[in-house]
Amino acid sequence: MREYITELSKYAIAAFMAIYTLCSFACLFDRIGKKKAVYWLQNLLLLSIQLLMFADLALVTKDMQYVFYYVFVQAFLMAVAFMVPVVYDKVNRLLLNNMCMLLGIGLCVISRLSFKKAVRQYIIVLVSLAVALFIPLILSKVRFLKKLTWAYAGVGVALLSIVLILGEVTHGSKISFTLKGVTFQPSEFVKLIFLFFLAAALWENTTFPRVALTAAVAGLHVIVLVVSKDLGSALIFFVGYVFMVFAATRNYLYLAAGAVGGSGAAWLALKIFSHVRNRVVSWLDPWTYIDTKGYAITQSLFAIGSGNWFGMGLSQGNPAAIPYVEADFIFSSVCEELGVIFGICVILVILVCFGEMLKIAVQIRDRFYQLIVYGIAIMYIFQIFLTVGGGIKLIPLTGVTLPFISYGGSSVMTTMIMFFMIQGIYIRLQQEGGKHNAGSKRPTGRRKDSPRKTAEKRKPEKGTYPQER
Amino acid sequence: MTGVFFAAIFAVLIGYLGYFTATSEQDMINNSYNSRQEILLSRNYRGSIYSRDGEVLAETVLGEGEAETRVYPFGDLFAHIVGYSTQGRMGVEALANYYLINTNTSLSNKAANDVAGVKNPGDNVWTTLDVQIQEVANDQLNIYKGAVVVTEVSTGKILAMVSHPDFDPNEIGQIWDSLIENENSSVLLNRATQGLYPPGSTFKVITALEYIRENPDTYNQYSFQCSGSFTANGSRINCYHGSSHGQVDFERSFAKSCNSSFANIGMGLDRELFRETLEELLFDQPLPLTLSYNKSNITISDSSTTDEMMQTSIGQGKTQITPIHLNMITSAIANGGELMKPYVIDRVENDAGKVIKSFSPDSYGQLISPEESAVLKELMTAVVEGGTARKLSGQSYSAAGKTGSAEYNDQGDSHAWFTGYAPAEEPEVCVTIIVEGAGSGGDYAVPIARRIFDAYFNEKK
Repeated sequence: MREYITELSKYAIAAFMAIYTLCSFACLFDRIGKKKAVYWLQNLLLLSIQLLMFADLALVTKDMQYVFYYVFVQAFLMAVAFMVPVVYDKVNRLLLNNMCMLLGIGLCVISRLSFKKAVRQYIIVLVSLAVALFIPLILSKVRFLKKLTWAYAGVGVALLSIVLILGEVTHGSKISFTLKGVTFQPSEFVKLIFLFFLAAALWENTTFPRVALTAAVAGLHVIVLVVSKDLGSALIFFVGYVFMVFAATRNYLYLAAGAVGGSGAAWLALKIFSHVRNRVVSWLDPWTYIDTKGYAITQSLFAIGSGNWFGMGLSQGNPAAIPYVEADFIFSSVCEELGVIFGICVILVILVCFGEMLKIAVQIRDRFYQLIVYGIAIMYIFQIFLTVGGGIKLIPLTGVTLPFISYGGSSVMTTMIMFFMIQGIYIRLQQEGGKHNAGSKRPTGRRKDSPRKTAEKRKPEKGTYPQER
Repeated sequence: MTGVFFAAIFAVLIGYLGYFTATSEQDMINNSYNSRQEILLSRNYRGSIYSRDGEVLAETVLGEGEAETRVYPFGDLFAHIVGYSTQGRMGVEALANYYLINTNTSLSNKAANDVAGVKNPGDNVWTTLDVQIQEVANDQLNIYKGAVVVTEVSTGKILAMVSHPDFDPNEIGQIWDSLIENENSSVLLNRATQGLYPPGSTFKVITALEYIRENPDTYNQYSFQCSGSFTANGSRINCYHGSSHGQVDFERSFAKSCNSSFANIGMGLDRELFRETLEELLFDQPLPLTLSYNKSNITISDSSTTDEMMQTSIGQGKTQITPIHLNMITSAIANGGELMKPYVIDRVENDAGKVIKSFSPDSYGQLISPEESAVLKELMTAVVEGGTARKLSGQSYSAAGKTGSAEYNDQGDSHAWFTGYAPAEEPEVCVTIIVEGAGSGGDYAVPIARRIFDAYFNEKK
């Protein structure tokens, strides 16, 4: 009986996840009329997948603690999926559902790796949600956000520098410090501050001197991160900056300049820093250095290769063989035990989040908030690219987390705040955007029916929200 | 724009992940750094290995308290080709490891085993190996060091592969330390695929090929007066045991394996073209072979001296070849120039006999042209009919081949070589033999080939 469930559930989980992913795409591309029904179907699939995953864990390990944990996780997921739309009725359900799906996968996979860490992660997720729930409210009340340009810059660089000087060394990088038993990774939070800095600096002034000035500040962030050996974050900040400037100026030259400058900087880093060289060497030929610097990446490849399309089944593989699996290589562990098909679905669900964020960004009239949403989207998707690409040896390892799935409080809290920031902006957009309902209709003139008319009608009020006066 | 850009990047990412997943599973599982092997072995018994006619070559036997023993019923007979799996892995045990430790038993069996608390049976691997031919090859090689490779010409199936000295894989655990400690011991070396030997006169097949290539219209008019030795630029080449062959044409030079004549031929060859031919024949190149092997090597260049050129032409000098490589060249000649990749795993079945995966013959492509193949086949037939392999003539089948007596020291001691196939007209089976330090190929290797051909054609009846 047990064997039937664990063996068949592998395929059921992959199938449910594939259907879920299809639903997400259908909603993203507005290919379906009854979106509300699809959202409900998604919630049903989410709970089914959770049930199967935890049933697997409990059956294979014969450990009752998974049953308790399952109850707590379900309570949380249901609360978010069902209650948040009640509190904020204009919330973006697609982003909300996908966030729940990713969080659910993360909590389950972490509990399989280390139960202790899973409990901690659960608490962190709760706290993060509590904080994030207020974000939409705060956004609508606080009026001075776009005036704090240089404060953001100062705080950001200061925080990063403090870590550089006082931080603890983990895995060879200075990226965190501990305060009263809680370990923080400030670079995660600085991402947010950095975004606010860029948006504030560029929303009304995109002259060359201004862009150059922001480049200097952004460069300072990146340099501090590189010196701290936090290469992943350095790259995310850099790419975030380049795309923000591009979005603000609509000038492809800046994109090209960013590509050239980035390549030059990468080349320099390669020449100067041995830890950068090591990453590249172990990426090009990890098999030669399988005992030393190639160990992590080869173990990650073993995990994915052994799991193959449908995975070895939860708690039937050996993801613990990969160093830092719960943070940097969580994707490999997902592929190993839940299968590569499941893993690809996770990537696609994340891509849908990214697409939805861009869709929202297009609709926003206030440059400041538009840049914020756009920047969050870029930083989010690029981080996914770094961690997944690194784990499968498409690109060198950079050691960043897979947001919402990886273990790590700073990462999950920052990402959740980012998501709810977008939710807040979206909610106000819907409220200001006239009578049409929560479906994400873009007033770009792609459709000939009512949304366009509504958009035209609104013309006199153009830019009222989220623009503050 | 941004969306399209990232969608493209992620298309590459997902494509790469899919490609990796589709192509790398076996390599990943088989790597000894992958701890999941032990996980699979803790759930599944290692499957059995069978010969082509269903005899057990290796199986896992359960003793008291679930103790597992890997048993090789034929003892040392298949030592190298089937190999072992406990002290690292070798042979089919290494090659098919992935299949042997995975299971495709039915779900109901899995469930029943789970309830009973026993492991699942791993999948079984059926090889192309033939017990009778392997036995004959092993008996004939006897106490000599050396190797025998027997393959099927039209498919590349490895029917037998013997390497002496051998060992009993049943006792690998006990003998391992002494084998490893003794640095001079080459017992674990599979001489058939890893042993590098001077090819001796068997190399004349290749020298002859190059001569035909460079003189397509005139090679038949070749003539040479052999006086037992040939001297050029102060270097001297002797015929085997100093015998003089008198007036010889191209075919007779080959059939009699006249060193003087071939040194003369070698002197006239274009070194650059010769090197190209050798590369096409996979010297200094990776072989299309999944078993572990060593690359054959050869040194020919414009700067080669006269002596080196003459020595190389008769298969002495610095040239080194593995028996499997010589077998592949011979087999390609027999097969109209087309090389079939040698393989030893025929299919994988689950415990109920359902085929999980089967391997079919795979062509490497034309090694030489069909016309060249026809000429070389004639030459090799003449070797049996009136040359150094006469001991193969007058059988119920016709055979063809080339002998070699490869000298490996200054005292004139030689390894006995034979590489050839039968029947000569429609080749079916290809045999390559080396007997270390035995003497001349005609005397020591050819009789072994005859017994193997006998066994092959007897079995077919």
